Amino acid sequence: MLYKETGQYKSTYKSDHAIFPLIQDKIAFSTLMFIAFLIVPFVINSYWEKAILVPFLIFSLAAIGLNILTGYCGQVSLGTGGFMAVGAFSTYKIMTYFPDLNIMIIILISGLITAAVGILFGLPSLRIKGFYLAVATLASQFFLVWLFNKVPWFYNYSDTGQITVSERLMFGIPVTGATAPPYATYLFCLILVVLLGFAAKNLIRSKMGRSWMAIRDMDIAAEIIGVPPLKTKLSAFAISSFYIGVAGALYFAVFLGAIEVTESFDIMTISFPVLFMIIIGGLGSMLGSFLGAAFIVTLPIGLKFVMVDLVGLSAVTAKHFEITIWGLLMIIFLIVEPHGLARLWSIAKEKLRRWPFPY
Amino acid sequence: MSVELLNFIETVLNGLMSGVMYSLVALGFVLIFKASGVFNFAQGVFALFAALTLVGYQTGQVPFAHLINELFGTNYHNWYASMPNFLAIILTMITMIALAWIIERLVLKHLVNQDPIILFMATIGLAFALEGVGDLMWGSDVKVLDVGIPSGGSIWLEEATIGLAAEGSDYYGMYIDVLNVWATIIAVILVVTLALFSQYTKTGRALRAVADDHQAALSVGISLRTIWILVWAISGFIAMVAGIMWGTESGVQFSLSLIALKALPVLILGGFTSIPGAIIGGLLIGVGEKLAEIYIGGYFETGALENWFAYVMALVFLLFRPQGLFGDKIIERV
Repeated sequence: MLYKETGQYKSTYKSDHAIFPLIQDKIAFSTLMFIAFLIVPFVINSYWEKAILVPFLIFSLAAIGLNILTGYCGQVSLGTGGFMAVGAFSTYKIMTYFPDLNIMIIILISGLITAAVGILFGLPSLRIKGFYLAVATLASQFFLVWLFNKVPWFYNYSDTGQITVSERLMFGIPVTGATAPPYATYLFCLILVVLLGFAAKNLIRSKMGRSWMAIRDMDIAAEIIGVPPLKTKLSAFAISSFYIGVAGALYFAVFLGAIEVTESFDIMTISFPVLFMIIIGGLGSMLGSFLGAAFIVTLPIGLKFVMVDLVGLSAVTAKHFEITIWGLLMIIFLIVEPHGLARLWSIAKEKLRRWPFPY
Repeated sequence: MSVELLNFIETVLNGLMSGVMYSLVALGFVLIFKASGVFNFAQGVFALFAALTLVGYQTGQVPFAHLINELFGTNYHNWYASMPNFLAIILTMITMIALAWIIERLVLKHLVNQDPIILFMATIGLAFALEGVGDLMWGSDVKVLDVGIPSGGSIWLEEATIGLAAEGSDYYGMYIDVLNVWATIIAVILVVTLALFSQYTKTGRALRAVADDHQAALSVGISLRTIWILVWAISGFIAMVAGIMWGTESGVQFSLSLIALKALPVLILGGFTSIPGAIIGGLLIGVGEKLAEIYIGGYFETGALENWFAYVMALVFLLFRPQGLFGDKIIERV
């Protein structure tokens, strides 16, 4: 009875197609936005910003990107780390060449550059499918990381091979660099995530999104009914890479500040975790991208708290335990609910609708 | 013969030998993929785990020593000083078989009929879990593995080839690691044994039947689960051999598990379902990589081409043959 749609009539086509058709969803979403925009910025501290909120927002963006490609268009990609590196390094290069350009514009341009690279590495998807494609996308991961590691032009010939962000202002408040206050970096990421999240949600409901799903469900059948595979697959690669590129740019410019490509964009630190996010969250679900990102970002923090602070293990042993539990949780999750957290949420909604009656 | 030609031959030989190492890992992938349709990403971690276990048995480490010591404040380290290689290898094999049984019981059984991508993700989870367990059991420090396989440059070959170059040229003979020669011999024995096993024994025939068609195999009374345990155990055994070879060469440490990533281009080049494909693919990648490092790598000044060259090579190849060298022909219907 808590979540009933009884009595909510839809008299126009528009209201039937609203993103949140039910009043309860609208209230929940507005409350969430109210808290995120008007309460959190005033109470946020450096720990919450660095450890939880900003990484959560950035990885949600990456997860949305990968979900577009893998969840909606059915093309498995293991090259997320490489594409995020493209976003990060283009931000760095644009920053050094155009010192006066607004940081928001720089990040969006980096996204576009990543989209172009994504199209390039998406080309093999026209010929190869399934696991062959998944392995082929690893090529982009290794090649791009090698490129940024070995060609000195990309890191401006610095001795360490590191790239470091310089301070950039947004409305007079620094959002990048060491002096940026926690609320500024948080709000900057939040605005981008909300805007791009809505854009993605609407893209998926558009003709383009429907053709992605047609290709995912059965590509030959889709081709026969007139969905062009070339355009559809490459557009999925481009848009997915745009999101991942923006996430990479934020990861470098706002979150870490200084990165070394082989460490920060490794397959084990980025590509697999992001893939876990969308699988644990739910393939082909916007909500799932966020839930998955939240789960993966908070899990190590929670585990570390239990292992080190409560049980009293040394950091090294705790790390090993963390890896083990991570792996086991992954397997248990896939066995218990292969459709992810988003599916659990829809089951919960169904239960709430009938509450307090069992059926 | 000119020095260039001799260098070329040396490079090709070395490439072939390192290719054998890749083939060994790829072989484990192919066996599991054929029999159970699982793309087992944990194969590299299998090799790491087997090598860690072998060293652990050899040196008599107490499993989970670090964990026990930290939790209870004790100070356990070793049970005994050393164990004969032969016995340690047998014990490791038993461990790998037990591992295969556990994996079938706890993971695969519950994931029958799921999408291939779900199974793939489960093996990634398995890789993480196994890596963590391996580190917890045996510690994460770099270990030296020595099971008595000779290693180092072959002096005999160096002396035999030094005379081949023209008089007065600056040539020091070919360098080939004896370990690689041994690896090649062992790999050949392994493949021949496997081929004979699957060709001439009843279990082998059942194995091939399952690889061909799960349902048909079930309907003639072959137990899928037994076959799966068997296949995972064989892959575990191959992983152990690969782990011994790679571990002897570069020490037993986390990076050993990354050989799985090395084997993936071999797989797409040779085709996921073909054992000869895995071997020939491995050799091609090995030679291609070494040649590229020497003849193309010079132009970049930066080196380290081997990180991605194999992938790009496989990718270019795939554009012309999407199913790999010997993979099943792709037939698509609506």
